[in-house]
Amino acid sequence: MLLYILKRIVYVTPVALGVSIFCFLLVHLAPGDPLTAIMPVDATAAQQAEMRAAYGFDKPLPIQYGIWLWKVFHGDLGNSIATGRPVLSEVSRAVGNSFILASVATLIGFTFGTFFGFVAGYFRDSVLDKIASAVAVLGVSVPHYWLGIVMVIIFSATLGWLPPTGAGPDGSGNWRPDPEHLRYIILPAITMSVIPMGIISRTVRALVADILAQEFVQALRAKGLSEWGVFKHVVTNAAPTALAVMGLQLGYLLGGSILIETVFAWPGTGFLLNAAIFQRDLPLLQGTILVLAMFFVMLNLVVDVLQTTLDPRIQRG
Amino acid sequence: MSAIVDARIALPKIKASRGYWASVGHRLMRDPVAMVALAIILLIVLAAIFAPFVAPADPFRGSMLRRLKPIGFPGYPLGADELGRDMLTRLIYGGRLSLFIGVMPVLLAFCIGSGIGVFAGYVGGRINTVVMRVIDVFFAFPSVLLAIALSGALGAGILNSIVSLTIVFIPQIARVSEAVTTQIRTRDYVEAARVSGASAFTIVRVHVLGNVLGPVFVYATSLISVSMILASGLSFLGLGVKPPEPEWGLMLNTLRTAIYTQPLVAALPGAMIFITSISFNLFSDGLRSAMEVKQ
Repeated sequence: MLLYILKRIVYVTPVALGVSIFCFLLVHLAPGDPLTAIMPVDATAAQQAEMRAAYGFDKPLPIQYGIWLWKVFHGDLGNSIATGRPVLSEVSRAVGNSFILASVATLIGFTFGTFFGFVAGYFRDSVLDKIASAVAVLGVSVPHYWLGIVMVIIFSATLGWLPPTGAGPDGSGNWRPDPEHLRYIILPAITMSVIPMGIISRTVRALVADILAQEFVQALRAKGLSEWGVFKHVVTNAAPTALAVMGLQLGYLLGGSILIETVFAWPGTGFLLNAAIFQRDLPLLQGTILVLAMFFVMLNLVVDVLQTTLDPRIQRG
Repeated sequence: MSAIVDARIALPKIKASRGYWASVGHRLMRDPVAMVALAIILLIVLAAIFAPFVAPADPFRGSMLRRLKPIGFPGYPLGADELGRDMLTRLIYGGRLSLFIGVMPVLLAFCIGSGIGVFAGYVGGRINTVVMRVIDVFFAFPSVLLAIALSGALGAGILNSIVSLTIVFIPQIARVSEAVTTQIRTRDYVEAARVSGASAFTIVRVHVLGNVLGPVFVYATSLISVSMILASGLSFLGLGVKPPEPEWGLMLNTLRTAIYTQPLVAALPGAMIFITSISFNLFSDGLRSAMEVKQ
């Protein structure tokens, strides 16, 4: 097992390095160089060269990358151009909010997704199965940013039940687990949960149908085990894969929350990215994307290892 | 007596066997869900192409006196937007850009990605490992994040948004076509072709492409729905199409201020994205099951 974990880590390292190269190059994809955005328009060529030298942009790219990576390893993601504050502190504040939202959404999506999936898998080709499949297709086809707007129209603008935007009544940037703040997370979390709900219900349906068709289920029934007893066996067999899909969905939601966070003005990483893009705050953009992508890579690793621990049959080569 | 003999002779007619694609088309025709989805897609595409003839008004001309009118207002069947422009007209015209920026990336990624995948899969060995490892890096990003990172760095604009989404889909298509190619490369008929002296180019053209492009094409059609949502999402964020062009994602964004006054009108552009996206998804599902030959 330990060997397997080590193997996975060895496999992930080049991917993580690749991600860092991508994030580094991202800034250089932009038209001009990262300093163009902050330099006054009337700066002379000499002043520009001086600034470039001061920030190290006059060195060859591989050396710049080396210096940048060295700093990243020491927790220095540079400073935000817009606020002047360290990127790391801005990102870590936002990551907390995004993580809470994505976790709640994943939990809702997982609960309903497994429910629909089990129902559909148990009663294949029944009306219930058709309904569950329809819910799954709707979940993966709906533009979630539009769904968010529709939710706001229904529950905030028309019914006035829930607040349309923000993370709390005081307008402060942080969500806290108390009844007042709870009202603010309901709409964005439900909106966000629709995607994992569709994907998890599709996965679970296929898993359950697959397991029910296996011989050991027949054997269990033949020896007279109650339907509830059989159900428990099905759950144990479906759990590792279903949980793995849930883990990955959490990562997708955390990285893909920008549109929903923009709709609900949720003070998370998506909101931060949006601000970074429009203020052309490239260090902030780079730092946020690096943190989110690395989190996703690590999450993949953890999910993979946990899944193999739960079910040793699925070791990857 | 003779009647009985005749009945024996009149054996059930043997149907002329269809080619593979003809039988796929036949199965697809009998799938009502896929056919309805296809009809909706065709309707939206045709309306977009013939927009100047179909649309009742000018998509750019508005009137500040008639801004934000409800659905069914005289002269405005689907209401008027925040600048008093006819919503129905703008939704019809909006299909042009929305479909273009949604479908183009998948088309481009299909050409480039399947090229990369077939090359890596056919060559195999160390080159394959290197190519696939580079592709793995792109899988370390959720699609939405990758699309926004790229177009955020490149800057707003239709071209940049298409480039970003193409880069998002290339690795996904390349991975699928590499997997299929690797499978096919070891088949006996490829081996037989090689032994009989066929050049690598001929083998790839006849045996590999013929077998790889089908499944990869189906996979690519399933990406159109995602691509439509992402492309309009980029416009919604202000990273794609710029005003005053009609595009569903952008319209959804500019109408956000109207959710308290004209909620139904404000929700219309998103509904168009939803209808198009779900139609592509259902059609792609139908196509996939029509292509799965169970023997």
